[in-house]
Amino acid sequence: MKRALLEALQTARAEKRPTALVTDLTGGRQALMIAGTHQGDLALSDDLRAAVEEAIRADRSGPLAADENLFVHVHNPPLRLIVVGAVHISQALVPMAQLAGYEVLVVDPRKAWANAERFPDVALVDGWPDEALRNLDPDHRSAVVVLTHDPKLDDPALGVALASPAFYIGALGSKKTHGKRLERLREAEVDDSALARIHGPIGLAIGAKSPAEISIAILAQMTQALHGAPPLVRAVPPDPGAVAAQ
Amino acid sequence: MAEQASLTPRGEDLLAEALRWRNEGHTVALATVVSTWGSSPRPVGSQLIVDDKLRLQGSVSGGCIEGAVVHEAQQIMAGAPPKLLEFGVSDEQAWEVGLACGGTIRVFVEAVE
Repeated sequence: MKRALLEALQTARAEKRPTALVTDLTGGRQALMIAGTHQGDLALSDDLRAAVEEAIRADRSGPLAADENLFVHVHNPPLRLIVVGAVHISQALVPMAQLAGYEVLVVDPRKAWANAERFPDVALVDGWPDEALRNLDPDHRSAVVVLTHDPKLDDPALGVALASPAFYIGALGSKKTHGKRLERLREAEVDDSALARIHGPIGLAIGAKSPAEISIAILAQMTQALHGAPPLVRAVPPDPGAVAAQ
Repeated sequence: MAEQASLTPRGEDLLAEALRWRNEGHTVALATVVSTWGSSPRPVGSQLIVDDKLRLQGSVSGGCIEGAVVHEAQQIMAGAPPKLLEFGVSDEQAWEVGLACGGTIRVFVEAVE
């Protein structure tokens, strides 16, 4: 790989521009495609360029179907996690999600909660959650979790999140709390198919108690949604009584 | 075609590290998983970087083929052309290097010129 091409790739990544590096596996020639532009010593036909653009959209690296000798390495900006609520759980969730590769933003208008002392290494977004979320404009590579436990903050955020293509939307609260939340959102004329997108109570059922454990449950569920994995099924141990009866 | 979720550990930027090593005057090779079949420990797009001092970062498998990849990388850093390596259970060499996890994996190795 030419150093100049590597430098251009790094610049594009730093600018968070969707990019793909195409390598001819038979000789090593390469093309770097950034937003329709093309550089490098590998020539690509219009059809092949379109296929590369499609791979970028699908966020899928691999050999091109049209020419298996061409390897497309997609370098998209990181997945985003928008956390509504600068609460105790968020303090554990933020570094864990960053470790998993997410660009994390924390939305909370309450300065007592959302401050650099409690959240030293993450972008804090001031403002009312619905307005802040509209500005952040969650896309299909974004996850939104609402953790304030306060309907005044959670509900408006959910309203905006449900109108977005976010791949994961989760809301903290017990079954009872979540039931009441769904009732309120129904009254606000959010339809049932939208409500079904909310993961609530949030996180996989792993018996999580502490903020860190709850964060693990949330991240695990986000990962499951991201990769389209089937829901986990608990292996049921055989009933000793039934075995004895056979 | 396996999917790649573009997730790397916090602060990990192998390409930035490769560029940094190169700019320090080292020769650097970059190994990338380009395709996988069956079960394989690392997804397409996973990378390993190595330099002339045998500094290593990243991975292209769970550790079972790294030795062979680094060996090829040394040839390429010494001036050999880029190379596509294939490891799998049907490959004698794979058994030698221990990819016994039941998959096939292709790794492209190139120098940072």
